[in-house]
Amino acid sequence: MVKVYLDHSATTPMHEEVLKAMNPYFVDRFGNPSSIYLLGQEARQAVEHARSQVADLINCSAGEIIFTAGGTEADNHALIGYALANKDKGRHIIVSSIEHHAVLETAEFLAKQGFDLTLLPVDNQGTVHPDYLKEAMRPDTILVSIMHGNNEVGTIQPIQELAEIAHQGGAVFHTDAVQTVGKIPVDVKDLNVDMLSLSGHKIYGPKGIGSLYVRKGTRVASFMHGGGQERRRRAGTENVPGIVGLGCAAEIARQEMAQEAKRLQHLAEKLIKGILQSIPDTYLTGHPHNRIPGHVSVCFKYVEGESILLMLDHMGVMASSGSACTSGSLEPSHVLLAMGYPHEIAHGSLRLTLGKSNTEEQVDYVLEVLPPIIERLRAMSPLMK
Amino acid sequence: MAGRVFVAMSGGVDSSVAALLLKRQGYEVTGITMQIWPQESDTRRACCSLDAVNDARLVAWKLDIPHYVLNFREEFQQKVIDNFYNEYLRGHTPNPCIDCNRFIKFDSLLNKVLAMGADFLATGHYALIKWNPAKQEWALYQAVDKSKDQSYALFRMNQFQLAHTLLPNGEYTKSEIRGLAREAGLPAAEKEESQEICFVPAGKHYAEFIRDYRPFQPRTGRFITSAGEDLGPHEGIHRYTIGQRRGLGLQAGVPLYVLDIDYDTRNILVGPEEELYKQVFYARDIHIISDSEPEFPLEGEVKIRYNALPQKAVVRITDQQLLEIEFQNPQKAITPGQSVVIYQGEQVLGGGTILKFSQ
Repeated sequence: MVKVYLDHSATTPMHEEVLKAMNPYFVDRFGNPSSIYLLGQEARQAVEHARSQVADLINCSAGEIIFTAGGTEADNHALIGYALANKDKGRHIIVSSIEHHAVLETAEFLAKQGFDLTLLPVDNQGTVHPDYLKEAMRPDTILVSIMHGNNEVGTIQPIQELAEIAHQGGAVFHTDAVQTVGKIPVDVKDLNVDMLSLSGHKIYGPKGIGSLYVRKGTRVASFMHGGGQERRRRAGTENVPGIVGLGCAAEIARQEMAQEAKRLQHLAEKLIKGILQSIPDTYLTGHPHNRIPGHVSVCFKYVEGESILLMLDHMGVMASSGSACTSGSLEPSHVLLAMGYPHEIAHGSLRLTLGKSNTEEQVDYVLEVLPPIIERLRAMSPLMK
Repeated sequence: MAGRVFVAMSGGVDSSVAALLLKRQGYEVTGITMQIWPQESDTRRACCSLDAVNDARLVAWKLDIPHYVLNFREEFQQKVIDNFYNEYLRGHTPNPCIDCNRFIKFDSLLNKVLAMGADFLATGHYALIKWNPAKQEWALYQAVDKSKDQSYALFRMNQFQLAHTLLPNGEYTKSEIRGLAREAGLPAAEKEESQEICFVPAGKHYAEFIRDYRPFQPRTGRFITSAGEDLGPHEGIHRYTIGQRRGLGLQAGVPLYVLDIDYDTRNILVGPEEELYKQVFYARDIHIISDSEPEFPLEGEVKIRYNALPQKAVVRITDQQLLEIEFQNPQKAITPGQSVVIYQGEQVLGGGTILKFSQ
């Protein structure tokens, strides 16, 4: 059967080169980077090489990169680490209402620990307006966290302006860039952010590895205790193969990004245009232009995303809708609700995120199978009556 | 290929074996589990909890069939739990499983799976669906294993639903089903039966669940004996059910039972066991499985609760479209809110919801 993977925002297949780069570090070069003999030093060198590869991708210095066990840990580390280390300066934290749960629930955790939390609204295209942030800033605001690109609707935020406002108010700025790093140019100096999270498996690297950029001079409490690794901020023996894989994936992304973004943008435009033309009562969600390349998110009136996904899966097309909870069932997306979509429309959301493996033929295939699926579901939908 | 069937899997032995049987019969089987209640943190071992989802998934892996989880939380709350809550507040005793079958499984879920291209929905219920060639229609029958028969809970099914539902377990006894599960190495083989109400956490009284579900003013009143004696205050009509003896906190020479609950006066009528027996009662919200209405009055057997045995009765229909049921012998604790199901032999004709009994 035809297999079309259209869920690259969830995860990506690992690049062959990445696998090759990681392979020696499982058995042959298995040393602990903290050991003093040559085998250990070899591992240390690999870790530090990867650190500069990641630093080069986002234009920071290697010493500003902390390796973490993924994007979620990087977000936790940034928010909890900064809040704990700076609670004497103030106790107010601002995040947007469309953050990934890794930020949203971490901020809620901090609120339970006695921090004040403000959730910023977004407009109907999922953009956080700088004015919203200006209004929310308080003298005791210590931290603002707003994602770079939204995972569900693809909207890219005006990070430079937002960071500027945070800085003027004396707060530091963190951005979750898990969805944008490797897809569009992400330059921490240009964006003027103090902390930034990224993840390996979203950029054709391994799962279970990510990093947090922390601008030099930013005080962040240790996240894990029990060793001197990662400049004492994240104790525990390094995930050497994972780190090597992330470094390699970052390097490949840096080289291929510009061309790949162009290709994906073209495919996504074709997909969006085709869907909107062939299926009535359909909305593109998120910003029409200012969005992650290859990110297609739409809502179909009168149908449920869940049913669409099951039927697409039957046709070999792998996509997503809303955010999956522990059980694997689907809730309406908190992002679409924050953007002002009513429940019944938010329930009919579909996200198709393109990546390296996708071709023009695959886009044509989706445009062939999707309209009859929606038509069939609508014909039997109680919402239509 | 016999057709595409989606099996509603709870992770228990019955629905697991239903999937196994259908796969062996040559159907293209997909497993689905409804997520209904309540939050993700929930760890109760009841139907449709997170544990149930994980158990169902293990079974699906073992059977090598695709499995999906569908979210019915909002609908389940609106159509089953809200009604459960409202009925108790009215002093009735609801049947949430029947509401779930009526509004969720054989309505929302069935329509959803048909829309997704399935030919049938299957469940692990013990009952039989048969085609009656003479009348050219579908009919519902008791299961082969009378001790496990669940036809009572399915009496609200209509012709369309019966035509698109498969109940493979109805032909087997429970011990045969367990044997099949064991033989196939299904993880659910030794799982215990779930008897309690799936959305009320184990160990929690339904009245506590109602109290925590949504705030309300308990309809407190007095315990009055059938002789007219006032025995003191009670804690609210939602806490009592007809036939209840325990937990009344009443001191009397003979054991006292709840005979009736009066919403208007707020009184709970109590009395000795023999006064629980009634001969005639009425039911609303009538459903008849056949598209052609049977001729009333009809003689059949009537079941007034899940665990009751069918009893001989005459069924009439009143001008207000109520069923009037007259038992041959008086029956104990006829309870408003419960379903009444009418049988003729092993066939289910239909039924309704008990409204009131004649004094």
